[in-house]
Amino acid sequence: MSYFGWLFDPANWTGSGGIPARLVEHLGYVALAMIIALVIALPVGAWVGHTGRGGFLVVGSANALRALPTLGVLILLVTPFGLSIIGPLIALVVLAVPPLLAGTYAGVRNVDPAVVDAARGMGMRGGEVLWRVELPNALPLIIGGVRSAVLQVISTATIAAYVGLGGLGRYIFDGLAQRDFPQMIGGSLLVALLAIVVDLLLAALQKVVVSPGLQAAPRSGPRRLRAMPTTRPAAARAA
Amino acid sequence: MTWVLGNLSLIGELLLQHLYFAIPPIIIGLVLAIPLGWLANRNTVLRSTLLNVSGLLYTVPSLALFVLLPPLLGTGILNPANVIVALTIYTVALLVRTVADGLDAVPSAVVNSATAMGYTSLRRFISVELPMAVPVILAGLRVAAVSAISLVTVGAVIGFGGLGKMFTDAFQRDIPAETIAGIVLVLLLALAVDGLIVLIGRALTPWTRVGSAVGRPA
Repeated sequence: MSYFGWLFDPANWTGSGGIPARLVEHLGYVALAMIIALVIALPVGAWVGHTGRGGFLVVGSANALRALPTLGVLILLVTPFGLSIIGPLIALVVLAVPPLLAGTYAGVRNVDPAVVDAARGMGMRGGEVLWRVELPNALPLIIGGVRSAVLQVISTATIAAYVGLGGLGRYIFDGLAQRDFPQMIGGSLLVALLAIVVDLLLAALQKVVVSPGLQAAPRSGPRRLRAMPTTRPAAARAA
Repeated sequence: MTWVLGNLSLIGELLLQHLYFAIPPIIIGLVLAIPLGWLANRNTVLRSTLLNVSGLLYTVPSLALFVLLPPLLGTGILNPANVIVALTIYTVALLVRTVADGLDAVPSAVVNSATAMGYTSLRRFISVELPMAVPVILAGLRVAAVSAISLVTVGAVIGFGGLGKMFTDAFQRDIPAETIAGIVLVLLLALAVDGLIVLIGRALTPWTRVGSAVGRPA
């Protein structure tokens, strides 16, 4: 139980290196990277899914990312940008874009063609079809992509403390440097909890914003009919 | 390139270390995931429990898991078992769902025919259901394997060996060429293991090619 001494020591809960401050830093990196990545990936993914052009590039980039070592990318970006926030931020965005792109593309692409035809038959234009039919139908897979991307970014932001970033990863590397094992354990527990809580929150968000008609049917027997996939497709973790 | 040529023996050593960390989790993970996936496919309650636990474990960032395992396993911080167990956990977490889905997708007519032919449930599982599920399982295994190879590099930041050491060394000594060489090597290794799994899949499922050739003029 001595491992938890660090975590519950009041001294570690105040000041600029305290747990609340590090948590806010960590969340700040995640939010910033996710906003930039969403601004890039959502329009591109929606456009590619809507028109069907360039789909193989989107799927290919998502597949190639699986093998890309995030630590290598982080360190490669130290050379041009030094130990500033710019390098890690670019790395986080680069890692967040492919799952978002793939989720948005697959979501829009997998909308039942009969539904899209019906929308056109009702007189909707291309833009209306995209906004009012394809995107709402694509939400489960888009949020699946967001969940994968967020996990990726939380994990990578932790590793980025190695190249000087703040956030919860600091405890792991400072603990390592000071041979302070309880600090490393405490930091790791906080990172794990953060990842789990954020993922559960996004899962709850998915339940709230996705139309009830698209929620997966409850499993009734061993050989069920497949509903729309609402979970993320086997997304590999790279960090 | 000059850096690579001048450090071939170091690269070879790190590559071997990398395989030592990455290959056991892929194999152990697959072996563990098959019975768990079978259980998940048999029982609805077990299925949701197993999938929820897998999802939860899969969510834990790798660096955190590398640090959290020593107190749980009673190992030292730099014991290779930590990395191997952590990557095995990820592989199992990803493959349980894949195996369950693969078994679920075996046509019930096939399962019923095997039962009618007198197969016991264990023999039916081993010689009918599992082989039929191989393409789905291997698709999941490819993802898990590539991800494991990439994740081994993370261990380097807390002192583990493998190709990730090229990154930490490049960072400490400021050798960008070494970082690039490391990224390329990890990608090549992932590509090679991925290709190997595809070849094994072909060898294991000869019927997928025979079937598509039927009816075609010779």
